[in-house]
Amino acid sequence: MLAGAALAALVLGTLAAVTLRAGGLTGLRETDLAAIRFTLWQAAASALISCVLAIPVARALHRRRFAGRGLLISLLGAPFILPVIVAVFGLIAVFGRRGLVNAALAPFGIDPISIYGAQGVIIAHVFFNLPLATRMILHGWEAIPAERFRLAATLGFGPAEVTRHLERPMLRSVLPGAFLAIFLVCLTSFAVALTLGGGPRATTVELAIYQAFRFDFDMGRAASLALVQVAISVAALLVAARATLPSSFGAGHDRRATPIPQLSGGADRVAFDTLAILLAAVFLLLPIGAVFARGLPALADLPEMIWPATLTSLVIALASTMITLAIALPLALAATRQRWAEIAAMLPMTASSLVMGTGAFLIARPFVNPTDLALPMVLLTNAALSVPFATRILMPEIRTLQADYDRLAASLGLRGFARLRLLTVPRLARPLGFSAGLAAAFSMGDLGVITLFSDGQTRTLPLALFQLMGSYRMDQAAGAASLLLILTFALFWALDRAGHYADPR
Amino acid sequence: MLTLDRLTLTQGDFRLDADLTIQTGARVALIGPSGAGKSTLLSAIAGFLPPASGRILWQGEDITAAPPGERPLSILFQDQNLFPHLRLETNLALGLNPKGKIDATDRARIETALARVGLEGMEKRKPGALSGGQQSRAGLARTLLRGRPILLLDEPFAALGPALKSEMLALVAEIAREQGTTVLMVSHDPEDARALCPQTVLVAEGHAHAPQETGPLLDDPPPALRDYLGS
Repeated sequence: MLAGAALAALVLGTLAAVTLRAGGLTGLRETDLAAIRFTLWQAAASALISCVLAIPVARALHRRRFAGRGLLISLLGAPFILPVIVAVFGLIAVFGRRGLVNAALAPFGIDPISIYGAQGVIIAHVFFNLPLATRMILHGWEAIPAERFRLAATLGFGPAEVTRHLERPMLRSVLPGAFLAIFLVCLTSFAVALTLGGGPRATTVELAIYQAFRFDFDMGRAASLALVQVAISVAALLVAARATLPSSFGAGHDRRATPIPQLSGGADRVAFDTLAILLAAVFLLLPIGAVFARGLPALADLPEMIWPATLTSLVIALASTMITLAIALPLALAATRQRWAEIAAMLPMTASSLVMGTGAFLIARPFVNPTDLALPMVLLTNAALSVPFATRILMPEIRTLQADYDRLAASLGLRGFARLRLLTVPRLARPLGFSAGLAAAFSMGDLGVITLFSDGQTRTLPLALFQLMGSYRMDQAAGAASLLLILTFALFWALDRAGHYADPR
Repeated sequence: MLTLDRLTLTQGDFRLDADLTIQTGARVALIGPSGAGKSTLLSAIAGFLPPASGRILWQGEDITAAPPGERPLSILFQDQNLFPHLRLETNLALGLNPKGKIDATDRARIETALARVGLEGMEKRKPGALSGGQQSRAGLARTLLRGRPILLLDEPFAALGPALKSEMLALVAEIAREQGTTVLMVSHDPEDARALCPQTVLVAEGHAHAPQETGPLLDDPPPALRDYLGS
């Protein structure tokens, strides 16, 4: 109850502040309408491209077995916690003006391609969401019972018949959800647009809020834009609520028996699948490899300002993780019985960090110096934005827990703190650890609300990296990117492991 | 004396009436066709299903609204009778104190209870390290510690082999006799009823009948029971 109220106060309170200040949508300009159009268009394009490209990759992963397949599937989960700014740095190293791709094209006399602008925003979104789509589609494939494939084989099916009778129906049920999930993620994309977008043709609503706030200091317009952003998110969520969204984390390993060769096709299809897997792996691994290749040697001579920023980021990540769990656990426990708790837990999905940041600024401006708000706001928005994920992870496990042990606990009179200590926390150790790992990684890599409030001196590690990139100190930026990447994954790994370790089973 | 006073239970279309009395210290089997509501009746007595109407009384005191943990009874379910992540010691400690905190005296009582059911020295084990029969014994040991006057058995030994099951039934009978416990047991197997329960409540056709002598009832069953027994 308390947790729900705290979360609602943050989300709805800032939203109210934004609404009051917006005073209708009169503050909007012509360019803002272009931003709205671009936001919708790039999200749709990113989602479509991700889904279409994911189909051959998922199909190949489904029907082929090769060394490193399990590892590759695990790696497909990695972009989920990869700091956006690190990925952007890697993509610039590959697709940028001096990047690998242009270096390869130059001998053929092809004009250099640019990573900046709409195509850059979409490439970055596909980089993040192709793995997500692949995992969701692969999950759909693995959900088809093995018996159905055996039946298909005994009926004399080949790969074409498998496509018609098994694959297409599965895709029809999985793809809309995958498309919507990615569309939603791309709607609130800020850091990608901040680094790769901009200008009249590649500005998202989130970026427009930032510009109105920082450059024009036009709070009325920022508030109007924030309201537009919320309206877009709510509309998309309402559509998504009608479709069933597949689990973003699903995708088990090898649940199905070995593929049946008759259904998997001959040499041409093997070649096609191999190509799909190779291209996907290169597309996903090359940018990360580029970060490390340039960054690891540069770790030794990082500028002084990196270290306080690193400490700040680590403290915020751990504190916001604790807040996330303190809100998500009670909400998830209540949500299996009461609908309001689940709705409360999903509230942050309607707001973005910039919307909350704008609202908080409007509330606090009369009372305190907004720069003092920078770190507390980063802490709170990071914590709030992780609550929906943590709640979704915890809820199914809590349902199992309640189905298995509610009656026993009730018959023994086990309740309150004793129940939490002896039953709830031990049985939920794994999902709690996983949620904590995700929350910490999100927070560690977040480049959102800090950009609104920072005076340039107060910084997190992602902001420090952004500043280094902005001043073209690329070797140091590569070093900072490597550091951020290592710390983010180390945090996720350590917390997830801690959950496994604490699991008394 | 356990009294079900004009008790009516409903779950969707399902409906069961019970108006009967069970003497203190009696051992009673609940027998009847599957789906007749034996386990439902037990759930209501244990406090998991609020009755649509009527009262449940123990020694004249109305316990209809009491929460499960405060009723004068212990229950053993078909499964999930122990928390698998806790040692036997802690599992049993929850029978003494739902906060799970124990002192030296409690520890000694837990050791005694485990010894009583033939699990001496297994305090530090987790349920996963025990056989099915041993898990049943541990559950029974906890009911010993709780010392509640009524014991409800919802087919807790159904998954055990015949030899283990009769061993467990004998142990329950022995303990119940010692402690003067009133036992209500749901069973699918008429032989279980003969072995443990001198009396039987027939649950059939939406009605829980008053307890009868087990032997004569099974030897000359009424039609509803005869169909179920198939003899």
